[in-house]
Amino acid sequence: MSNLLVLPILIPLSTAVILIFCKEKIRLQRGISAVSGLLNILTALLLVSRVHTEGIQTLQMGGWMPPYGIVFVGDMFAVLLVMMASLVSFAILLYSFSSIGEKRERYYYYTFFHFLLVGVYGSFLTGDIFNLFVFFEVMLISSYALISLGGTRLQLRETSKYLLINIVSSTLFVAAVAYLYAAVGTLNMAHLSQRIAEAGQGGVLNVIAMLFLIVFSLKAGLFLFFWLPGSYSAPPFAVRALFGALLTKVGLYAIIRTFTLLFVNDTDFTQPWITWMAVATMILGGLGAVAYNDIPRILNYNVIVSVGFVIFGLAAGTPGSLNGAVFYLLHDMLAKALMFMLGGMIITAAGTERLAGMGGMIKKYPLIGWMFFILTLALVGIPPLSGFAGKLLIIRGALDAGMLALSLIGLGSSFLVLYSLIKIFRLAFWGNEPEKELPQVRLKHSSAVAACLLVLVILMGIGSEAIYTYVSQAGEVLSSPALYIESVMKE
Amino acid sequence: MELLMAVAVGILFTIGIYLILSKSLLRIVLGTSLMTHGVHLLLLTMAGLKKGAAPVLGTGADTYVDPLPQALILTSIVISFGVTAFFFVLAYRSYQVLGTDEMDSIKEEKE
Repeated sequence: MSNLLVLPILIPLSTAVILIFCKEKIRLQRGISAVSGLLNILTALLLVSRVHTEGIQTLQMGGWMPPYGIVFVGDMFAVLLVMMASLVSFAILLYSFSSIGEKRERYYYYTFFHFLLVGVYGSFLTGDIFNLFVFFEVMLISSYALISLGGTRLQLRETSKYLLINIVSSTLFVAAVAYLYAAVGTLNMAHLSQRIAEAGQGGVLNVIAMLFLIVFSLKAGLFLFFWLPGSYSAPPFAVRALFGALLTKVGLYAIIRTFTLLFVNDTDFTQPWITWMAVATMILGGLGAVAYNDIPRILNYNVIVSVGFVIFGLAAGTPGSLNGAVFYLLHDMLAKALMFMLGGMIITAAGTERLAGMGGMIKKYPLIGWMFFILTLALVGIPPLSGFAGKLLIIRGALDAGMLALSLIGLGSSFLVLYSLIKIFRLAFWGNEPEKELPQVRLKHSSAVAACLLVLVILMGIGSEAIYTYVSQAGEVLSSPALYIESVMKE
Repeated sequence: MELLMAVAVGILFTIGIYLILSKSLLRIVLGTSLMTHGVHLLLLTMAGLKKGAAPVLGTGADTYVDPLPQALILTSIVISFGVTAFFFVLAYRSYQVLGTDEMDSIKEEKE
């Protein structure tokens, strides 16, 4: 029992409720949000060190012993993601101070922001599959609000599509839970894993596994990503950074969790499906990123490529590639948040979304230009930066599993990423300045936040060795689910 | 009884999907609402329809009903209620701003 586990959910929840009461006091809202963000980072760091020294932490809600009550489980994988999410969301919070605009702030932007965090942290920490659904919904409902906040024509149009897709997938989620409950009679994930192993998977359980795969793929943007490029173009850039960094990652977490803990007894059936979906995602995402000429689309398709790559690590299924998937997931949260921030700054500075109307910005904004360049190298996976270690581990794991052709596709997708991002760099920062008058904007504050994130990206690359000790502890639980089951069911 | 429930779930899903595929935003909202209710019935049926006393200690009955699916359905109903309310407001606002509630003509609008 460790009561610490509930804090990452309790802090943003109470913050969000308090913020409802300070609608007109924007400075107060910012102050409270920042304090709550800092508290969250502290708790997450404490959790990581606690899990590192004492092993997996569990918390039984209301003292109901598993499998009867709802249980919260903090294994290394979950708490690392909570830590990264708290760091990234704090940075995005600081970024939104300067970019989101007073009108949105007055209409409960920070409240929804914190409610979204409740859902994200809860999804990472819960050990009960129905509870996962509930936290998913908490997250999604806040995201509906964030995506439509402001009510421009584009936002209204995209929100109704986004909403419809998510309602249908949530409906399927409940149906999958219903079938699972009928098949094995429990909802606690550790207990589910035991029961499914006893039943020996196959038949109806394979169907349920596929249903879960479809549901989580819709949320993560794995193969079923047709809604993502449109919906992520609607809200302001701070919200896009939040979505790109956190929302798809929660779907990825759910896929990795269910397919390393629950449906592990018939991998001959599930593995090929996951592999092909990952490969198709990488190829289609990469082609999409190359095809478009406006910054939002290019960035959105880059989100999709990395989703495919993480799941490729899961599909390879060796301990090494699972470590790699965890590492790459952590890097990707950081890098995608930074990518959307810089993208937002470029667009604000240039006054247009289309690359055709940009050029020569390196003279006026050298700092943003070079930050974007370094970030590109990090996303592609150039050695001293954070993307390298994860990519190396995933590719090496895949080669161990004998997936040569697929590894080449994985590496090929990196080239498409490189091409698409360098295209932005080349067209926006080099070349001749456009004739028209550029808007005068102040980007000092945003640049400072982005610089801090960039320092984190570099530190994470240089300190790969130190982070690897934590990551390998997370990968250990993923490759041997018995550890997870033991620590939940022991009491 | 299970057969009846299965048929009811099927009907709800059919009508729900039919409505979701239509053009008008209002019908789509109704469709999602019907579909979620179909899934609630499915949850109840899949958990097994048992007869018995309420699962409260001290009533001295021989059989008890499984309380878990009911708790799950209650949670899910609350969530779907919230989402449907939001969707209705969104549809109304879209109608005001975009001047139509047809998905097709919304698509054609350029920023």
